Amino acid sequence: MKLAGKAWKFGADIDTDAIIPARYLNTSDPKELAQHCMEDADPEFAQKVSPGDVIVADKNFGCGSSREHAPIALKAAGVSCIIAASFARIFYRNAFNMGLPILESEEAAADVVTGEQLEIDLATGIIVNKSRNLTYKAQPVPPFMQELVAGGGLIPYVMKRLRD
Amino acid sequence: MGMTITEKILAAHAGLDRVEPGELIEVSVDFSLANDITAPIAIERFRQAGAEKLYDVSRIALVPDHFVPNKDIESAAQCQLLREFAVEHELPHYYEVGRMGIEHALLPEQGLVLPGDVVVGADSHTCTYGGLGAFATGVGSTDLAAVMITGRTWFRVPASIKFIFQGNLRPWVTGKDLILYTIGQIGVDGARYRAMEFTGPVIDQLSMDQRLTMANMAIEAGAKNGIIAPDECTRTFVEERAQRSYQFYQSDPDAQYEQVITYNVSEIEPQVALPPSPANSQPVSSLDEIPIDQVVIGSCTNGRIEDLRLAAQLLKSRKVAPRVRCLIIPATQAIYRQAMDEGLFTIFLEAEAAISTPTCGPCLGGYMGILAAGERAVATTNRNFVGRMGHPESEVYLASPAVAAASAVLGRIASPEDLD
Repeated sequence: MKLAGKAWKFGADIDTDAIIPARYLNTSDPKELAQHCMEDADPEFAQKVSPGDVIVADKNFGCGSSREHAPIALKAAGVSCIIAASFARIFYRNAFNMGLPILESEEAAADVVTGEQLEIDLATGIIVNKSRNLTYKAQPVPPFMQELVAGGGLIPYVMKRLRD
Repeated sequence: MGMTITEKILAAHAGLDRVEPGELIEVSVDFSLANDITAPIAIERFRQAGAEKLYDVSRIALVPDHFVPNKDIESAAQCQLLREFAVEHELPHYYEVGRMGIEHALLPEQGLVLPGDVVVGADSHTCTYGGLGAFATGVGSTDLAAVMITGRTWFRVPASIKFIFQGNLRPWVTGKDLILYTIGQIGVDGARYRAMEFTGPVIDQLSMDQRLTMANMAIEAGAKNGIIAPDECTRTFVEERAQRSYQFYQSDPDAQYEQVITYNVSEIEPQVALPPSPANSQPVSSLDEIPIDQVVIGSCTNGRIEDLRLAAQLLKSRKVAPRVRCLIIPATQAIYRQAMDEGLFTIFLEAEAAISTPTCGPCLGGYMGILAAGERAVATTNRNFVGRMGHPESEVYLASPAVAAASAVLGRIASPEDLD
Protein backbone atom coordinates (compact mmCIF):
# COMPACT_ATOMS: atom_id res chain seq x y z
CA MET A 1 0.00 0.00 0.00
CA LYS A 2 1.56 3.29 -1.17
CA LEU A 3 0.82 6.82 -0.07
CA ALA A 4 2.01 10.21 -1.27
CA GLY A 5 1.59 13.73 0.01
CA LYS A 6 3.06 16.91 1.34
CA ALA A 7 4.71 16.90 4.77
CA TRP A 8 3.62 19.01 7.73
CA LYS A 9 6.26 19.04 10.44
CA PHE A 10 5.45 19.22 14.15
CA GLY A 11 7.60 19.00 17.29
CA ALA A 12 7.72 16.57 20.20
CA ASP A 13 4.94 15.53 22.60
CA ILE A 14 2.03 16.66 20.41
CA ASP A 15 -0.84 15.83 22.78
CA THR A 16 -4.38 14.84 21.93
CA ASP A 17 -5.67 18.20 23.22
CA ALA A 18 -3.57 19.84 20.50
CA ILE A 19 -4.82 17.34 17.90
CA ILE A 20 -8.48 17.91 18.83
CA PRO A 21 -9.22 20.23 21.77
CA ALA A 22 -11.77 18.92 24.28
CA ARG A 23 -13.96 21.97 23.67
CA TYR A 24 -15.04 20.25 20.45
CA LEU A 25 -15.72 16.83 21.96
CA ASN A 26 -19.45 17.41 22.28
CA THR A 27 -19.63 15.65 18.92
CA SER A 28 -17.96 12.68 17.27
CA ASP A 29 -18.91 13.74 13.73
CA PRO A 30 -15.71 13.33 11.65
CA LYS A 31 -16.44 16.38 9.43
CA GLU A 32 -16.88 18.70 12.40
CA LEU A 33 -13.84 17.32 14.20
CA ALA A 34 -11.74 17.74 11.02
CA GLN A 35 -12.41 21.50 11.03
CA HIS A 36 -10.54 21.81 14.34
CA CYS A 37 -7.79 19.28 13.68
CA MET A 38 -4.41 20.35 15.17
CA GLU A 39 -6.00 23.69 16.08
CA ASP A 40 -3.99 24.37 19.24
CA ALA A 41 -0.69 23.42 17.55
CA ASP A 42 -1.36 25.30 14.29
CA PRO A 43 -4.70 27.19 14.11
CA GLU A 44 -4.67 27.22 10.27
CA PHE A 45 -3.81 23.56 9.78
CA ALA A 46 -7.35 22.43 8.93
CA GLN A 47 -7.53 25.07 6.15
CA LYS A 48 -4.06 24.35 4.79
CA VAL A 49 -4.01 20.55 4.75
CA SER A 50 -4.78 18.73 1.49
CA PRO A 51 -6.01 15.16 1.07
CA GLY A 52 -3.08 12.73 1.23
CA ASP A 53 -0.81 15.01 3.26
CA VAL A 54 1.46 13.50 5.87
CA ILE A 55 2.21 14.68 9.40
CA VAL A 56 5.81 14.25 10.50
CA ALA A 57 6.55 14.78 14.18
CA ASP A 58 9.17 14.22 16.82
CA LYS A 59 8.82 11.83 19.77
CA ASN A 60 5.67 10.83 21.69
CA PHE A 61 3.04 11.95 19.16
CA GLY A 62 -0.51 11.61 20.50
CA CYS A 63 0.25 11.64 24.21
CA GLY A 64 -2.51 12.41 26.69
CA SER A 65 -6.10 11.35 26.46
CA SER A 66 -7.58 8.18 24.97
CA ARG A 67 -9.96 10.13 22.72
CA GLU A 68 -10.44 8.31 19.44
CA HIS A 69 -11.60 11.68 18.15
CA ALA A 70 -7.89 12.44 17.56
CA PRO A 71 -7.22 9.90 14.78
CA ILE A 72 -10.80 10.44 13.52
CA ALA A 73 -10.12 14.19 13.13
CA LEU A 74 -6.75 13.62 11.42
CA LYS A 75 -8.17 11.10 9.00
CA ALA A 76 -11.23 13.20 8.18
CA ALA A 77 -8.97 16.22 7.60
CA GLY A 78 -7.29 14.21 4.84
CA VAL A 79 -4.08 13.18 6.61
CA SER A 80 -3.02 9.90 4.98
CA CYS A 81 -0.24 8.89 7.35
CA ILE A 82 1.67 10.04 10.40
CA ILE A 83 5.39 9.53 10.75
CA ALA A 84 6.94 10.22 14.14
CA ALA A 85 10.06 9.37 16.10
CA SER A 86 7.71 7.58 18.51
CA PHE A 87 4.02 7.41 19.44
CA ALA A 88 2.11 7.37 22.71
CA ARG A 89 0.62 3.91 23.20
CA ILE A 90 -3.13 4.63 23.28
CA PHE A 91 -2.85 6.80 20.17
CA TYR A 92 -0.90 4.06 18.38
CA ARG A 93 -3.70 1.54 18.94
CA ASN A 94 -6.44 4.04 18.14
CA ALA A 95 -4.81 5.12 14.87
CA PHE A 96 -4.71 1.59 13.44
CA ASN A 97 -8.17 0.86 14.81
CA MET A 98 -9.39 3.88 12.79
CA GLY A 99 -7.49 2.77 9.69
CA LEU A 100 -4.97 5.61 9.92
CA PRO A 101 -1.50 4.21 9.20
CA ILE A 102 1.41 5.45 11.32
CA LEU A 103 5.13 4.80 11.04
CA GLU A 104 7.99 5.20 13.46
CA SER A 105 11.12 6.71 11.91
CA GLU A 106 13.58 8.78 13.90
CA GLU A 107 15.45 9.53 10.67
CA ALA A 108 12.45 11.01 8.89
CA ALA A 109 11.32 12.84 12.03
CA ALA A 110 14.71 14.51 12.33
CA ASP A 111 15.11 15.42 8.67
CA VAL A 112 11.80 16.19 6.94
CA VAL A 113 10.61 19.80 6.82
CA THR A 114 7.17 21.21 6.05
CA GLY A 115 6.33 21.33 2.37
CA GLU A 116 8.46 18.42 1.20
CA GLN A 117 6.83 15.75 -0.94
CA LEU A 118 6.89 12.26 0.58
CA GLU A 119 6.14 8.84 -0.85
CA ILE A 120 5.51 6.05 1.60
CA ASP A 121 5.36 2.32 1.05
CA LEU A 122 3.70 0.74 4.07
CA ALA A 123 4.69 -2.77 3.00
CA THR A 124 8.42 -2.02 3.03
CA GLY A 125 8.48 0.89 5.49
CA ILE A 126 10.44 2.94 2.94
CA ILE A 127 9.79 6.69 3.01
CA VAL A 128 11.08 8.65 0.02
CA ASN A 129 11.59 12.39 0.31
CA LYS A 130 10.97 13.38 -3.33
CA SER A 131 11.93 16.98 -2.70
CA ARG A 132 15.49 16.10 -1.79
CA ASN A 133 15.75 12.58 -3.20
CA LEU A 134 16.39 11.00 0.18
CA THR A 135 15.20 7.73 1.66
CA TYR A 136 14.33 6.92 5.25
CA LYS A 137 13.55 3.56 6.79
CA ALA A 138 10.68 2.68 9.11
CA GLN A 139 9.38 -0.66 10.37
CA PRO A 140 7.17 -2.14 7.65
CA VAL A 141 3.44 -2.38 8.42
CA PRO A 142 2.60 -6.11 8.53
CA PRO A 143 0.14 -7.43 5.92
CA PHE A 144 -2.81 -7.86 8.31
CA MET A 145 -2.43 -4.27 9.49
CA GLN A 146 -2.23 -3.01 5.90
CA GLU A 147 -5.47 -4.86 5.28
CA LEU A 148 -6.93 -3.27 8.38
CA VAL A 149 -5.91 0.18 7.08
CA ALA A 150 -7.26 -0.56 3.60
CA GLY A 151 -10.55 -1.72 5.06
CA GLY A 152 -11.01 1.49 7.05
CA GLY A 153 -10.23 0.27 10.55
CA LEU A 154 -10.71 -2.54 13.02
CA ILE A 155 -14.50 -2.87 13.00
CA PRO A 156 -14.88 -3.05 9.19
CA TYR A 157 -11.88 -5.42 9.13
CA VAL A 158 -13.43 -7.74 11.73
CA MET A 159 -16.79 -7.65 9.95
CA LYS A 160 -15.15 -8.52 6.63
CA ARG A 161 -13.31 -11.39 8.30
CA LEU A 162 -16.57 -12.66 9.76
CA ARG A 163 -18.25 -12.48 6.33
CA ASP A 164 -15.37 -14.23 4.55
CA MET B 1 12.78 -16.22 37.72
CA GLY B 2 10.13 -14.15 39.46
CA MET B 3 7.45 -11.91 38.07
CA THR B 4 6.25 -8.38 38.81
CA ILE B 5 2.74 -7.72 40.07
CA THR B 6 1.78 -6.46 36.60
CA GLU B 7 3.07 -9.64 34.94
CA LYS B 8 1.30 -11.85 37.49
CA ILE B 9 -2.07 -10.18 36.97
CA LEU B 10 -1.72 -10.35 33.18
CA ALA B 11 -0.57 -13.99 33.24
CA ALA B 12 -3.52 -14.98 35.43
CA HIS B 13 -5.96 -13.28 33.05
CA ALA B 14 -4.32 -14.85 30.00
CA GLY B 15 -4.52 -18.33 31.53
CA LEU B 16 -0.73 -18.63 31.49
CA ASP B 17 1.75 -19.60 34.18
CA ARG B 18 4.03 -16.75 33.29
CA VAL B 19 4.41 -13.91 30.81
CA GLU B 20 7.45 -11.93 29.66
CA PRO B 21 7.71 -8.27 28.71
CA GLY B 22 7.07 -7.83 24.99
CA GLU B 23 4.85 -10.90 24.72
CA LEU B 24 1.48 -10.40 23.03
CA ILE B 25 -1.34 -11.92 25.06
CA GLU B 26 -5.10 -12.02 25.10
CA VAL B 27 -6.65 -11.44 28.51
CA SER B 28 -10.08 -11.59 30.08
CA VAL B 29 -11.30 -8.25 31.37
CA ASP B 30 -12.88 -7.99 34.83
CA PHE B 31 -14.38 -4.56 34.40
CA SER B 32 -14.67 -1.88 31.73
CA LEU B 33 -15.96 1.66 31.56
CA ALA B 34 -16.70 4.58 29.29
CA ASN B 35 -17.93 8.14 29.72
CA ASP B 36 -20.09 10.65 27.86
CA ILE B 37 -17.21 11.55 25.49
CA THR B 38 -15.99 8.05 24.65
CA ALA B 39 -19.08 5.83 25.05
CA PRO B 40 -20.99 7.33 22.09
CA ILE B 41 -18.27 6.15 19.69
CA ALA B 42 -17.99 2.78 21.46
CA ILE B 43 -21.77 2.29 21.18
CA GLU B 44 -21.64 3.22 17.49
CA ARG B 45 -18.88 0.63 16.90
CA PHE B 46 -20.80 -1.96 18.96
CA ARG B 47 -23.81 -1.51 16.70
CA GLN B 48 -21.70 -1.26 13.53
CA ALA B 49 -20.19 -4.64 14.37
CA GLY B 50 -23.70 -6.06 14.51
CA ALA B 51 -23.51 -6.91 18.21
CA GLU B 52 -26.73 -7.25 20.11
CA LYS B 53 -25.56 -8.29 23.55
CA LEU B 54 -22.81 -7.33 25.96
CA TYR B 55 -20.64 -10.17 27.24
CA ASP B 56 -21.70 -9.34 30.80
CA VAL B 57 -23.84 -6.34 31.68
CA SER B 58 -22.63 -6.38 35.29
CA ARG B 59 -19.04 -5.78 34.24
CA ILE B 60 -19.31 -2.40 32.58
CA ALA B 61 -19.98 1.06 33.93
CA LEU B 62 -21.21 3.95 31.83
CA VAL B 63 -20.56 7.19 33.65
CA PRO B 64 -21.57 10.50 32.15
CA ASP B 65 -19.11 12.79 33.94
CA HIS B 66 -17.17 14.95 31.49
CA PHE B 67 -19.80 17.41 30.26
CA VAL B 68 -22.57 16.79 32.82
CA PRO B 69 -24.85 18.25 34.02
CA ASN B 70 -25.22 18.70 30.25
CA LYS B 71 -23.30 21.77 29.18
CA ASP B 72 -25.02 22.25 25.84
CA ILE B 73 -27.43 20.61 23.41
CA GLU B 74 -24.77 18.43 21.76
CA SER B 75 -23.55 17.13 25.14
CA ALA B 76 -27.14 16.45 26.14
CA ALA B 77 -27.51 14.33 23.00
CA GLN B 78 -24.35 12.35 23.81
CA CYS B 79 -25.62 11.64 27.33
CA GLN B 80 -29.02 10.71 25.96
CA LEU B 81 -27.34 8.10 23.79
CA LEU B 82 -25.63 6.56 26.85
CA ARG B 83 -28.84 6.62 28.86
CA GLU B 84 -30.85 4.91 26.11
CA PHE B 85 -28.17 2.28 25.63
CA ALA B 86 -28.09 1.64 29.38
CA VAL B 87 -31.87 1.22 29.46
CA GLU B 88 -31.91 -0.97 26.33
CA HIS B 89 -29.29 -3.34 27.77
CA GLU B 90 -30.43 -3.05 31.40
CA LEU B 91 -26.99 -2.00 32.59
CA PRO B 92 -26.87 -2.03 36.39
CA HIS B 93 -23.92 0.38 36.52
CA TYR B 94 -25.15 3.44 34.71
CA TYR B 95 -24.71 6.53 36.89
CA GLU B 96 -27.04 9.43 36.33
CA VAL B 97 -26.50 13.00 37.52
CA GLY B 98 -27.33 13.11 41.23
CA ARG B 99 -26.03 9.56 41.70
CA MET B 100 -22.76 9.80 39.80
CA GLY B 101 -19.22 10.91 40.30
CA ILE B 102 -16.08 11.33 38.27
CA GLU B 103 -15.57 7.79 36.97
CA HIS B 104 -12.14 7.16 38.48
CA ALA B 105 -13.25 8.33 41.92
CA LEU B 106 -16.63 6.60 41.66
CA LEU B 107 -15.63 3.08 40.62
CA PRO B 108 -13.18 2.42 43.48
CA GLU B 109 -15.61 4.02 45.93
CA GLN B 110 -18.41 1.72 44.75
CA GLY B 111 -16.22 -1.39 44.97
CA LEU B 112 -16.61 -2.07 41.24
CA VAL B 113 -12.87 -2.22 40.50
CA LEU B 114 -10.75 -4.35 42.79
CA PRO B 115 -7.24 -5.57 43.56
CA GLY B 116 -5.94 -8.09 41.03
CA ASP B 117 -8.41 -7.02 38.33
CA VAL B 118 -7.71 -6.29 34.70
CA VAL B 119 -9.67 -3.11 33.99
CA VAL B 120 -9.88 -1.31 30.67
CA GLY B 121 -11.59 2.01 30.24
CA ALA B 122 -12.18 4.36 27.36
CA ASP B 123 -10.43 7.09 29.28
CA SER B 124 -6.70 7.53 29.70
CA HIS B 125 -6.93 7.99 33.47
CA THR B 126 -8.26 4.45 33.89
CA CYS B 127 -4.74 3.76 35.19
CA THR B 128 -5.97 5.24 38.53
CA TYR B 129 -7.10 1.80 39.75
CA GLY B 130 -3.49 0.68 39.91
CA GLY B 131 -3.62 2.36 43.32
CA LEU B 132 -5.73 -0.63 44.41
CA GLY B 133 -3.27 -3.17 43.03
CA ALA B 134 -5.18 -3.74 39.78
CA PHE B 135 -3.86 -3.72 36.22
CA ALA B 136 -5.83 -0.87 34.69
CA THR B 137 -5.26 0.98 31.44
CA GLY B 138 -6.93 3.35 29.02
CA VAL B 139 -7.99 2.35 25.52
CA GLY B 140 -9.87 3.97 22.66
CA SER B 141 -13.58 3.55 22.03
CA THR B 142 -13.15 0.88 19.36
CA ASP B 143 -11.03 -1.33 21.61
CA LEU B 144 -13.64 -0.81 24.31
CA ALA B 145 -16.43 -1.85 21.94
CA ALA B 146 -14.59 -5.13 21.33
CA VAL B 147 -14.36 -5.66 25.11
CA MET B 148 -18.08 -4.93 25.49
CA ILE B 149 -18.79 -7.68 22.97
CA THR B 150 -16.20 -10.31 23.89
CA GLY B 151 -15.01 -9.52 27.44
CA ARG B 152 -11.46 -9.87 26.19
CA THR B 153 -8.69 -7.74 24.76
CA TRP B 154 -5.04 -8.04 23.71
CA PHE B 155 -1.99 -6.44 25.25
CA ARG B 156 1.73 -6.40 24.81
CA VAL B 157 3.11 -7.22 28.27
CA PRO B 158 4.89 -4.06 29.47
CA ALA B 159 8.34 -4.04 31.00
CA SER B 160 8.24 -2.61 34.52
CA ILE B 161 10.07 0.31 36.06
CA LYS B 162 10.30 0.12 39.83
CA PHE B 163 10.23 3.36 41.78
CA ILE B 164 11.36 3.20 45.40
CA PHE B 165 10.37 6.13 47.58
CA GLN B 166 12.47 6.41 50.73
CA GLY B 167 12.92 8.99 53.48
CA ASN B 168 10.43 11.16 55.32
CA LEU B 169 7.79 13.31 53.71
CA ARG B 170 8.25 17.01 54.40
CA PRO B 171 5.28 19.09 55.59
CA TRP B 172 2.57 19.57 52.92
CA VAL B 173 4.12 17.02 50.56
CA THR B 174 1.48 14.62 49.21
CA GLY B 175 1.17 11.81 46.69
CA LYS B 176 0.49 14.50 44.07
CA ASP B 177 3.88 16.07 44.73
CA LEU B 178 5.59 12.69 44.48
CA ILE B 179 4.04 11.89 41.11
CA LEU B 180 4.68 15.40 39.71
CA TYR B 181 8.28 15.10 40.88
CA THR B 182 8.60 11.65 39.28
CA ILE B 183 7.20 12.81 35.93
CA GLY B 184 9.54 15.80 36.12
CA GLN B 185 12.48 13.44 36.53
CA ILE B 186 11.64 10.95 33.78
CA GLY B 187 9.67 13.11 31.32
CA VAL B 188 6.29 12.74 29.61
CA ASP B 189 7.50 9.68 27.72
CA GLY B 190 9.85 8.40 30.41
CA ALA B 191 7.65 5.37 31.03
CA ARG B 192 6.13 5.06 27.56
CA TYR B 193 4.63 1.55 27.13
CA ARG B 194 5.93 0.61 30.60
CA ALA B 195 4.39 -0.34 33.93
CA MET B 196 5.31 2.09 36.73
CA GLU B 197 5.44 0.22 40.01
CA PHE B 198 5.48 2.52 43.04
CA THR B 199 7.10 0.98 46.12
CA GLY B 200 9.02 1.78 49.27
CA PRO B 201 8.33 2.79 52.86
CA VAL B 202 6.80 6.12 51.82
CA ILE B 203 4.24 4.42 49.58
CA ASP B 204 3.46 1.90 52.35
CA GLN B 205 2.43 4.84 54.54
CA LEU B 206 0.32 6.60 51.90
CA SER B 207 -3.47 6.63 52.24
CA MET B 208 -5.62 5.07 49.52
CA ASP B 209 -6.69 8.51 48.27
CA GLN B 210 -3.07 9.47 47.67
CA ARG B 211 -2.20 6.13 46.09
CA LEU B 212 -5.02 6.63 43.62
CA THR B 213 -3.65 10.13 42.86
CA MET B 214 -0.22 8.70 42.07
CA ALA B 215 -1.45 5.87 39.85
CA ASN B 216 -3.83 8.33 38.14
CA MET B 217 -0.95 10.30 36.64
CA ALA B 218 1.14 7.33 35.39
CA ILE B 219 -0.28 8.07 31.91
CA GLU B 220 1.33 11.52 32.13
CA ALA B 221 4.70 9.74 31.90
CA GLY B 222 3.39 7.68 28.98
CA ALA B 223 2.94 4.54 31.07
CA LYS B 224 0.58 1.71 30.21
CA ASN B 225 -0.24 1.34 33.89
CA GLY B 226 0.81 2.51 37.32
CA ILE B 227 0.55 0.07 40.18
CA ILE B 228 0.96 -0.18 43.95
CA ALA B 229 1.03 -3.57 45.65
CA PRO B 230 -2.04 -4.12 47.84
CA ASP B 231 -1.59 -4.23 51.64
CA GLU B 232 -3.60 -3.72 54.83
CA CYS B 233 -4.50 -0.19 53.74
CA THR B 234 -5.93 -1.68 50.53
CA ARG B 235 -7.78 -4.37 52.46
CA THR B 236 -9.40 -1.84 54.77
CA PHE B 237 -10.49 0.21 51.77
CA VAL B 238 -11.93 -2.62 49.66
CA GLU B 239 -13.40 -5.08 52.15
CA GLU B 240 -16.39 -2.92 53.00
CA ARG B 241 -17.06 -2.03 49.34
CA ALA B 242 -16.16 -5.02 47.16
CA GLN B 243 -19.03 -6.28 45.04
CA ARG B 244 -17.03 -9.31 43.87
CA SER B 245 -14.15 -11.41 45.15
CA TYR B 246 -10.66 -10.05 44.61
CA GLN B 247 -7.08 -11.16 44.79
CA PHE B 248 -3.89 -9.61 46.14
CA TYR B 249 -0.79 -10.01 43.96
CA GLN B 250 2.75 -9.04 44.98
CA SER B 251 5.93 -8.76 42.94
CA ASP B 252 8.43 -11.54 43.58
CA PRO B 253 11.72 -10.53 45.23
CA ASP B 254 13.56 -11.70 42.09
CA ALA B 255 11.19 -10.04 39.61
CA GLN B 256 12.90 -8.40 36.62
CA TYR B 257 12.75 -4.64 36.20
CA GLU B 258 13.91 -2.69 33.20
CA GLN B 259 15.00 0.04 35.60
CA VAL B 260 14.95 0.66 39.35
CA ILE B 261 14.81 4.31 40.42
CA THR B 262 15.13 5.41 44.04
CA TYR B 263 14.04 8.82 45.31
CA ASN B 264 14.76 10.26 48.73
CA VAL B 265 11.55 12.14 49.46
CA SER B 266 13.20 14.07 52.31
CA GLU B 267 14.55 16.29 49.52
CA ILE B 268 11.22 16.78 47.77
CA GLU B 269 9.27 20.02 48.32
CA PRO B 270 5.68 20.65 47.26
CA GLN B 271 5.76 20.68 43.46
CA VAL B 272 4.17 22.80 40.75
CA ALA B 273 4.15 21.68 37.09
CA LEU B 274 4.42 24.71 34.83
CA PRO B 275 2.54 24.84 31.52
CA PRO B 276 2.46 23.25 29.04
CA SER B 277 3.78 19.93 30.35
CA PRO B 278 3.19 17.81 33.45
CA ALA B 279 6.94 17.16 33.33
CA ASN B 280 7.76 20.83 34.01
CA SER B 281 7.62 20.28 37.76
CA GLN B 282 9.51 22.65 40.03
CA PRO B 283 9.70 23.10 43.81
CA VAL B 284 7.10 25.73 44.69
CA SER B 285 9.69 27.80 46.58
CA SER B 286 11.78 28.20 43.43
CA LEU B 287 9.05 30.07 41.57
CA ASP B 288 8.90 33.84 41.19
CA GLU B 289 5.71 35.63 42.11
CA ILE B 290 3.13 34.31 39.61
CA PRO B 291 -0.30 35.97 39.98
CA ILE B 292 -3.33 33.78 39.26
CA ASP B 293 -6.97 34.19 38.25
CA GLN B 294 -8.48 30.84 39.17
CA VAL B 295 -8.00 27.81 41.36
CA VAL B 296 -9.61 24.43 40.68
CA ILE B 297 -9.63 21.81 43.43
CA GLY B 298 -11.15 18.56 42.17
CA SER B 299 -10.89 16.02 39.30
CA CYS B 300 -10.14 12.29 39.16
CA THR B 301 -6.67 13.19 40.40
CA ASN B 302 -7.49 15.19 43.53
CA GLY B 303 -11.23 15.43 44.19
CA ARG B 304 -11.42 12.88 47.01
CA ILE B 305 -12.33 13.55 50.64
CA GLU B 306 -8.75 13.76 51.85
CA ASP B 307 -8.01 16.36 49.16
CA LEU B 308 -10.98 18.44 50.29
CA ARG B 309 -9.96 18.14 53.93
CA LEU B 310 -6.47 19.35 53.07
CA ALA B 311 -7.87 22.34 51.17
CA ALA B 312 -10.24 23.10 54.06
CA GLN B 313 -7.42 22.98 56.58
CA LEU B 314 -5.74 25.86 54.73
CA LEU B 315 -8.87 27.80 53.77
CA LYS B 316 -10.28 27.75 57.31
CA SER B 317 -10.72 31.29 58.68
CA ARG B 318 -9.15 32.69 55.52
CA LYS B 319 -10.56 34.23 52.35
CA VAL B 320 -9.85 33.57 48.70
CA ALA B 321 -7.89 36.56 47.32
CA PRO B 322 -10.20 39.28 45.97
CA ARG B 323 -9.64 38.77 42.24
CA VAL B 324 -9.38 34.98 42.31
CA ARG B 325 -12.15 32.46 41.60
CA CYS B 326 -11.74 29.30 43.66
CA LEU B 327 -13.77 26.31 42.41
CA ILE B 328 -14.10 23.23 44.56
CA ILE B 329 -15.50 20.12 42.91
CA PRO B 330 -16.05 17.04 45.11
CA ALA B 331 -15.49 14.06 42.82
CA THR B 332 -18.57 12.00 43.75
CA GLN B 333 -21.95 12.44 45.38
CA ALA B 334 -20.74 10.47 48.41
CA ILE B 335 -17.66 12.67 48.78
CA TYR B 336 -19.90 15.73 48.38
CA ARG B 337 -22.14 14.56 51.21
CA GLN B 338 -19.23 13.61 53.43
CA ALA B 339 -17.57 16.99 52.91
CA MET B 340 -20.85 18.66 53.81
CA ASP B 341 -21.35 16.48 56.90
CA GLU B 342 -17.81 17.22 58.07
CA GLY B 343 -18.44 20.96 57.85
CA LEU B 344 -16.00 21.52 55.00
CA PHE B 345 -18.61 23.35 52.92
CA THR B 346 -19.01 25.97 55.65
CA ILE B 347 -15.26 26.58 55.54
CA PHE B 348 -15.28 26.79 51.73
CA LEU B 349 -18.28 29.11 51.65
CA GLU B 350 -16.86 31.38 54.33
CA ALA B 351 -13.63 31.51 52.34
CA GLU B 352 -15.79 32.60 49.36
CA ALA B 353 -15.03 29.56 47.22
CA ALA B 354 -17.64 28.12 44.83
CA ILE B 355 -18.69 24.48 45.29
CA SER B 356 -19.80 22.47 42.25
CA THR B 357 -21.65 19.23 41.70
CA PRO B 358 -19.26 16.43 40.57
CA THR B 359 -17.99 16.91 37.01
CA CYS B 360 -14.74 16.72 35.03
CA GLY B 361 -15.83 20.12 33.65
CA PRO B 362 -12.88 22.53 33.77
CA CYS B 363 -10.11 19.89 33.87
CA LEU B 364 -10.39 19.35 30.12
CA GLY B 365 -11.72 22.79 29.26
CA GLY B 366 -15.26 21.49 28.95
CA TYR B 367 -17.15 24.03 31.02
CA MET B 368 -17.62 25.19 34.63
CA GLY B 369 -14.49 27.32 34.88
CA ILE B 370 -13.08 28.04 31.41
CA LEU B 371 -10.12 30.42 31.19
CA ALA B 372 -9.95 33.50 28.94
CA ALA B 373 -6.86 34.41 26.92
CA GLY B 374 -4.04 35.38 29.26
CA GLU B 375 -5.67 33.89 32.37
CA ARG B 376 -3.81 31.59 34.69
CA ALA B 377 -5.06 28.79 36.93
CA VAL B 378 -3.60 26.61 39.63
CA ALA B 379 -5.36 23.26 39.39
CA THR B 380 -5.19 19.94 41.21
CA THR B 381 -5.95 18.27 37.87
CA ASN B 382 -3.60 16.19 35.72
CA ARG B 383 -2.83 18.02 32.48
CA ASN B 384 -1.58 21.51 31.70
CA PHE B 385 -1.32 21.22 27.91
CA VAL B 386 -1.90 24.27 25.69
CA GLY B 387 -5.61 25.17 25.82
CA ARG B 388 -6.41 22.43 28.31
CA MET B 389 -8.67 24.63 30.48
CA GLY B 390 -9.85 27.06 27.85
CA HIS B 391 -8.22 29.59 25.54
CA PRO B 392 -4.96 28.39 23.95
CA GLU B 393 -3.28 31.43 25.52
CA SER B 394 -4.41 30.58 29.05
CA GLU B 395 -2.16 28.68 31.44
CA VAL B 396 -2.61 25.80 33.89
CA TYR B 397 -0.21 25.10 36.76
CA LEU B 398 -0.61 21.65 38.31
CA ALA B 399 -0.27 21.23 42.06
CA SER B 400 -1.60 19.51 45.18
CA PRO B 401 -4.75 20.66 46.99
CA ALA B 402 -2.50 22.25 49.64
CA VAL B 403 -0.59 24.40 47.15
CA ALA B 404 -3.84 25.17 45.30
CA ALA B 405 -5.58 26.34 48.49
CA ALA B 406 -2.61 28.45 49.62
CA SER B 407 -2.45 29.97 46.12
CA ALA B 408 -6.17 30.79 46.23
CA VAL B 409 -5.69 32.73 49.46
CA LEU B 410 -2.58 34.62 48.36
CA GLY B 411 -3.67 35.23 44.76
CA ARG B 412 -0.37 33.91 43.47
CA ILE B 413 1.29 30.50 43.26
CA ALA B 414 2.21 29.86 46.87
CA SER B 415 3.37 27.26 49.32
CA PRO B 416 1.21 26.53 52.35
CA GLU B 417 4.20 27.75 54.34
CA ASP B 418 3.72 31.22 52.87
CA LEU B 419 0.43 31.57 54.78
CA ASP B 420 0.84 33.28 58.14
